[in-house]
This record gives sequence, C-alpha cells and structure tokens, in this order.
Amino acid sequence: MSAKVKTHSNDEVKKPVARKDLSKAAWTWKEMKKNWVAYAMLAPYYIVFLLFTIVPVIVSLVLSFFEFNMIEPPVWVGIQNYTRLFLADDLFVTACKNTLIFASIIGPVSYIMSFCVAWFINELGPKLRAVVTLIFYAPNIGGSVYLIWKTLFSSDSYGYVNGILLDLGIITKAISFFEDAKYIMPLCIVVALWLSLGTSFLNFIAGLQGVDHSLYEAGAVDGISNRWQELWYITLPYMKPQLLLSAVLAITQAFGFGQVVNDLCGNPSTDYAAWTIMHHLDDYGGARFEIGYASAIATVLFIVMVGTNQLVKKLLSKVGQ
Amino acid sequence: MAKTQKMRVRKHRVVLNRSVGGDTGIFFFLAIMGIVMFLPMLYTIMQSLKPLDELWYFPPKFYVMNPTTKNFSDLFRLMSQSWVPFSRYIFNTVLISVGGTFGHLILAAMAAYVLAKIKFPGRNWLFQTVVLSLMFHTTVASLSKFIIMSGIGMIDTIWSIIIPAWGSSLGLYLMKQFMESAVADAVLESARIDGCREFKTFWVIAMPMVKPAWLTLIMYSFKDLWNTGNVIYIYSEQLKTLNYAINQIISGGITRAGAAAASTVVMMAVPILVFVVSQSNIIETMGTSGMKD
Repeated sequence: MSAKVKTHSNDEVKKPVARKDLSKAAWTWKEMKKNWVAYAMLAPYYIVFLLFTIVPVIVSLVLSFFEFNMIEPPVWVGIQNYTRLFLADDLFVTACKNTLIFASIIGPVSYIMSFCVAWFINELGPKLRAVVTLIFYAPNIGGSVYLIWKTLFSSDSYGYVNGILLDLGIITKAISFFEDAKYIMPLCIVVALWLSLGTSFLNFIAGLQGVDHSLYEAGAVDGISNRWQELWYITLPYMKPQLLLSAVLAITQAFGFGQVVNDLCGNPSTDYAAWTIMHHLDDYGGARFEIGYASAIATVLFIVMVGTNQLVKKLLSKVGQ
Repeated sequence: MAKTQKMRVRKHRVVLNRSVGGDTGIFFFLAIMGIVMFLPMLYTIMQSLKPLDELWYFPPKFYVMNPTTKNFSDLFRLMSQSWVPFSRYIFNTVLISVGGTFGHLILAAMAAYVLAKIKFPGRNWLFQTVVLSLMFHTTVASLSKFIIMSGIGMIDTIWSIIIPAWGSSLGLYLMKQFMESAVADAVLESARIDGCREFKTFWVIAMPMVKPAWLTLIMYSFKDLWNTGNVIYIYSEQLKTLNYAINQIISGGITRAGAAAASTVVMMAVPILVFVVSQSNIIETMGTSGMKD
C-alpha cells in the first residue's frame, strides 16, 4: 500500500496537502469533501438515472433467481428459471433465432446505410444537405408514421401494393402480407430499416463535417487519387469516435426491435414468425405475471446486448491501427 | 509521388479526388434512396387529404385528385365526442413533453458540467455507467421499473412518465461531450478566481455556451415524450396521452381511415418541426459526440 502511494506522490507534489501523508482512502475522502458541490450537482440526475435505469437491471438479475408473481413473497429457486428457459422453452428458442436474424440484419445494414447516406450527403451544399437530411431522418422521428406500411401492404381494398400487383396481373388473389408467416420477417426488416436512419445517421453527418479539410489536401499531395482511398485512409480513421458511438446506438436499436412488429403484425404474429426475445419478455412479464421467469429473460437479453456491444467496440477500435 | 491530380472545380471551389462518374452515381443513389424513404411519408399525407370516395377507390390511387381538409375536421369532430374531454389528453401530452424535457435539460446539463469540468473521485466510474446504459435497450428494465415505481407510489401518476425522462442517458452523454469541447477551462478558472461559486459558474458561464446542446436534448427528449402512447404505468383514463387517445379513435374501424391518416400527419408534424428548427445545432452538438475507446 505505502509503496503504491509513494509512486503517486511523485507526480502530485503540487497538491497543497502532500498526498504521501495520507492513506489512499483518506486522500479520496478529503478530495470528496473538497468537491461536495460536485456531488450535490450530480445527485438529482444520478438519483433518477440510477433508480430507473441501473437499479432495474440489478433488480432483474436478483429476481431471476426467484419465483415471484407480484402478490406472494418471492421464493428462491436457484438457476431453475434459466434451466427452464434454455432447456424446456421451445418458444424461447424461436425468439432467440428471430432476434438474432433481426439484429444481425438490421444492425449492420442500418449502420452501413447510415454511413453511406451521410457520406454522400456530405458532398452536397449546405441548403440541399439540410433538406435531404430531413427526408432521410423524418421516418425516425415521425412517431407512428410507420403504420402507413400496414395500409400500403394490407390485404383489403386499401392495400396499395396488392392493388398494383393485381392490376398488373402478377397475382390473382390479394396477399395478406402481414398475416402470412412467409412475408412477415422480410417486411418487418424493411420497415425497421426504413425507420433506422436515426441518431447514428446524424452522428455520421456531424462527424464527416468535422473532418479537417487540410487532411484531404495533404492526402491528395501524398498520392490519394480517388474518393474511396480518401475514405479509407483519411475519413474513417479520423471518425473513429463517431464510428464507435454509432455502432453502439445501432446495435441497441437493432436488439430493441419489437413494438413495430406488434403494431404491424399483431401480437403474437402468425406462427410466431416475428416473435423476438422482447415479445417473450413482454408475454411472461406483462401478461402472465411470472416475474422471476421474465426477469431471467430480461437478464439474458441484457447480457446479449451488452456483450455484442463490447465485442463490436473491441473490433472497431482496431480500425486504422 | 507526383501522380496525376484529379481536380475539379465545383461551384467555384476546388474539389479533390472526385470523378464525374462517381458524382453522378452518388446523385442517383441518393435520389432513389430519398424517393424510397419519402414515398411512404408522402402517401400518408396523400391519404389524409383524400375525400371518402377516393379512399374507397379500387385499386387505390397514389395521388389525391380533389384534396380536402375534411379528414382533419373529422378528426377534431371525433375528438370532441370522446368520453374524457379531448383537451385533457392534449394537456397531458403537453405537460409530459414540457415537464419531462425541461427537467431533463436542467438535470443532465448540471451533471454533464460536473463530469466534464470538475475532477473528483468517482467521476470516471459514474460516466461509464451512463455509457453502459447506452448499450442496452430500456425495455429490459421495464418490468423491474414497474416494481420500483409501485414501491415508491408513482404508479398511475403523471410523474411515472415525467421523472424517468429526466434521467435519459443519451442526453447526458451528448451534453457532457459537448461541454468538454465547447466550454474552455480557462474561462471557468477565471470565474472561479473572481469568487464565482461552482453552481453560479455553471449557470451563468457554462450554460449559455452550450445552447446547441440544449436544442439537441430538447429535440430528443421532446420527440420521445410527445410520442408517448399507452404505458403500463398509467391506468386512469384522464391521465392518458394524446397518442393513446388518437389510436383509440382510429382503431374504430375502416371508415376512419381518413381521420387516421390525418391524425398521423398532425402527430408527426410536431417533432419534425422541432427538428427543422434545431437541425444545425444538433449537427453541431453531434460533432463532439464521439466515443473514445
């Protein structure tokens, strides 16, 4: 302990009270007392944030080892919820499969699409850029505007797509797009992608505008001869912080996809064709009040989300190294 | 390395490394993508302007022949027939949106200032929890959130929507990153030397310097709260939101398709307008938002 403190004290000699005179804990306590205003200013936000974002995750983790129905007191069951989830719940396997399909398509595609569109928009003049940004971003902030897809693809006489297909003679009978297990998955992915140009997209636009222009000039002198080389050797390494944040946001968004499916295909969707872990969680927590079991589902989903994020963060941090 | 430099002059400025073919390709890509993105929005607007006979027309036409505002007046007529006075739903949504956004802005800015500009034990750890929370979707916490809320008696009050909104993590993250680059340490230091207390330094010196970040937080918080629909925390009809009430109306059957489209247009217009007003500020804020590994 004392050796550690000594190494610290060498570079902190300017401190009014020499750090070497105090133990680490005492020094920390002193710093904390000195900065009490900082804690006071942090408190309001962090109380709310911890109470409604972090504590619920911990509560979930704890409850996942209990059987609990909100009325009777919780009963300890060990890892029974998890064994049931992985070994005895066929629907959970379906949910995992669908979630992985959704996430592995929506995540990367929306990420690359956001970047490409942002990169192309960056070539436009400021006024046109603002208008085009709005067009691409509008679906994301338009609230329940995605319900129009239900009208577009509906099987009754409102269905615009069925109308065209019938008119052209491609089909002879209207297709129930959102009721047919064959079409549900692809259509939901299309709608999800349509909605997906969100914060990551704005983040990319901002990142691209922030690249130092003299770098491009220097790059041109050094022999960069087209826009792809420029992107690869200058823009991407320079934008690494933006690439990381956008990846995190895109992954979180891709895994959180569920409400849109409910609104478009009903809950549950035909043959559970678009049944995700999110729906499974909702079913056991909201409808059946098996809180312990639902908490186990939530915990698994949490670990999958955070795990994927950490993995992708590790991978992206290698860009340009 | 004297390779042939491809230089072109585009609108009186020299552009490096851009071929005509590439520019054309990009133009077409953007145009096609833009049209695909915009068509469903346009169709929504068209639907909202169609008179009843055009809504029933088969096969459906994309464009409206005789635009009418009847769907909008129908929507307001249906609103006035609702069991709870409709102004109540509007009041709830406005209260939630304004109260939630305002509280979030003040609390997050205060915390962001401390995290960005004061050194104290635990700073790094506290910020890392916020970064962690960006990595999971809040739905995983919704069940335990319900248990916690019922524990502190927030169920079935308007606070169950307003207060959690104050603790939104993306807002704090963006504000903290922006504070770090937009507020110079020297300015704060001189204020402190002049005897300015920490809170006053934050409020009088730092806050006015981060106006772009205000607008960003306002836009994000507002669009989420404005679109609040049916939440599990609220049972009472008189506490329900506008979005919920409109969904009730338009689920009333196929004859209300016009009013449904009209309501979607009204609901989406508000957040889009907020974005249009604040766009340049949001981009400016985002410019500092990157994540360091």
